[in-house]
Amino acid sequence: MPFEWYVALRYLREGRAQTALILAAVSVGVSVIIFLSALIDGLQASLIKQTLGSQPHVTLVAHEILARPLAPKEITAATTVERSPQPIRSIDRWQTVLDQVERVPGVLAASPAVQGPAFATRGGADEPVLVRGVDPERFLAVIDLRPKIVAGRFRVAGDGAVVGRGLAELLGVRLGDKIRLGTVDGREAMVTVAGIFDLGNKEVNERWALVSLRQAQSLFELPGGASTIELRVAEVFEAERIAGEVADLTGLEADSWMKVNAQLLVGLRSQDSSKLMIQVFVVIAVMLGIASVLIVSVVQKSREIGILRAVGTSSGRVLRIFLIEGGVVGVVGSLVGSALGTVFSLFFEHLASNPDGSPTFPVDLRPGLFLAASALATGIGLLAAVVPARRAARLDPATAIRHG
Amino acid sequence: MADAPPVCRVEGVVKDYGDGVVTRVLHGIDLELRAGELVALIGPSGSGKSTLLNIIGLLDRPTAGRVVLGGRDATGLDDAGLTALRGRTLGFIFQFHHLLPAFTATENVMLPAYAEQGFPTAAMRQRARALLEAVGLGHKLDARVTELSGGQQQRVAVARALAHEPRLVLADEPTGNLDTEAAHEVFALMRRFNRERHTTFLVVTHDGRIAERCDRVLEILDGRIRAGE
Ligand SMILES: Nc1ncnc2c1ncn2[C@@H]1O[C@H](COP(=O)(O)OP(=O)(O)OP(=O)(O)O)[C@@H](O)[C@H]1O
Ligand SMILES: [Mg+2]
Repeated sequence: MPFEWYVALRYLREGRAQTALILAAVSVGVSVIIFLSALIDGLQASLIKQTLGSQPHVTLVAHEILARPLAPKEITAATTVERSPQPIRSIDRWQTVLDQVERVPGVLAASPAVQGPAFATRGGADEPVLVRGVDPERFLAVIDLRPKIVAGRFRVAGDGAVVGRGLAELLGVRLGDKIRLGTVDGREAMVTVAGIFDLGNKEVNERWALVSLRQAQSLFELPGGASTIELRVAEVFEAERIAGEVADLTGLEADSWMKVNAQLLVGLRSQDSSKLMIQVFVVIAVMLGIASVLIVSVVQKSREIGILRAVGTSSGRVLRIFLIEGGVVGVVGSLVGSALGTVFSLFFEHLASNPDGSPTFPVDLRPGLFLAASALATGIGLLAAVVPARRAARLDPATAIRHG
Repeated sequence: MADAPPVCRVEGVVKDYGDGVVTRVLHGIDLELRAGELVALIGPSGSGKSTLLNIIGLLDRPTAGRVVLGGRDATGLDDAGLTALRGRTLGFIFQFHHLLPAFTATENVMLPAYAEQGFPTAAMRQRARALLEAVGLGHKLDARVTELSGGQQQRVAVARALAHEPRLVLADEPTGNLDTEAAHEVFALMRRFNRERHTTFLVVTHDGRIAERCDRVLEILDGRIRAGE
């Protein structure tokens, strides 16, 4: 073993209390960083997943006839029911558009839909709904509802309809029951409940009624038409860019989920920056801890360092001995801290769970996180050792031996 | 022996301490140590013996004058150069705290060679063991130095000073901390190595009986060498 390593490891082993102290500092620091990241990343991922569970990544609609500034709020009409004063318009030659957008790189799937407001009635109950007429295969490629079906199947062919759990409860319907859908213009359709879904979103659960494209076309008097085209993209954070590209390509209005949920993204971003702040302070605290313990150990060992120098150890080797001590503490601390952080995170995840068994606080423990934390801890160890190591290397041997 | 070049030559070495109020500790020291000599350096406390030893040992730089070791002038060498010259030509024995407590006897003796070459070799370990056996510590090879008595520790220090076969060993009161019997054992060891290997020794001592048994006695008084032979 190289001399520096031999001496450094021996000193770490001998100075048990000091070594344990700085190891604890690094381990706790690393575990806090891992725990915090895992928790916040997990929370954010689940928020985004939740949001995207019932939203297409990009929505294309025909431009409104009246030129007016775009208000993001309007787009949320996709999930809320507002009686639009505008008649529902079809996208011109939507099949061509569909082919076109499907070929845009990054787009995974496209689904045409006719959607509009209506009232769902059964017996005495009467609820406003958003009727979404879809092509089942294409729709599922954009928003995969199948795992969210809690009763029946996803079948929207013919008069089949799939409704949210909330709506089913409000109307008091079960599988096989019939619902009457009526528009403000007075047109009506009878559909049969073929499936019930639960998207974990009250609004959607109480408002969505999925029917066949043909049903919706006749209900809203858009024979052969499609009022929207919805896209799924490969990389969710590319949605905004792809929306712009698609809008230029088709001349349609294209909105990404990122624009629709701008508020959410602002929230996530500020969460990210507070996470970063906390981590920076943890790093600083750990670094100061390591540095001060190592400085004390250099002072305590100054006579020994003087002797090392007297017997022919170069000051470069002395410098490296203490850098190695810092680096080793960083590496070992990152291992211990990673383990601790994982345990904390998993413990926290199991602490609380949703009714469906999924954790309330899902954590995201990616290998990259451990790699980053380990690299960080090693860097911290080395960096914290720089000042003590330089101090050791600069010790004047004669003085150190005399007074050490 | 007279024609052989001196192992160490000190010329007009002056040493001042302090920035504002300057204290001159050494006032122009000249001396020469020849190969195979065992020289005592005596003088009252505070006369500058340790200071001179540190300067000869390249642990400290003189304010003026020069130190020539084995024909090499140390003046003007940088830190790395001093370390290299020190590692090659010098061995040290200190009065206390001379060994590294975290290491075993063998490790302590190997240290100079290990530190110089960077990697341990079997030969290094072997030589360390042979030296420890030679100083009568064959049964304590792997003992922690903190578990050894003062006399035993000092014998380890003698072995370490000789490990890389230096031409000159500087000993600062190597027996000052030992009882009479242990002191004589350690001195006898130094004398033996001096005879067997022709190693030059400069030994600072307060013990008149030890000084008597050296080849030559240098006395330092108020920072000047006063007497010889
Ligand atoms: N680093 C220093 N700074 C200031 N003064 C010093 C320093 N080192 C030594 N001195 C002074 O130099 C003088 C000589 O010290 P030195 O240690 O060489 O004496 P010594 O002969 O070895 O004494 P002793 O026999 O007690 O060991 C002393 O007066 C001491 O106070
Ligand atoms: Mg002294």
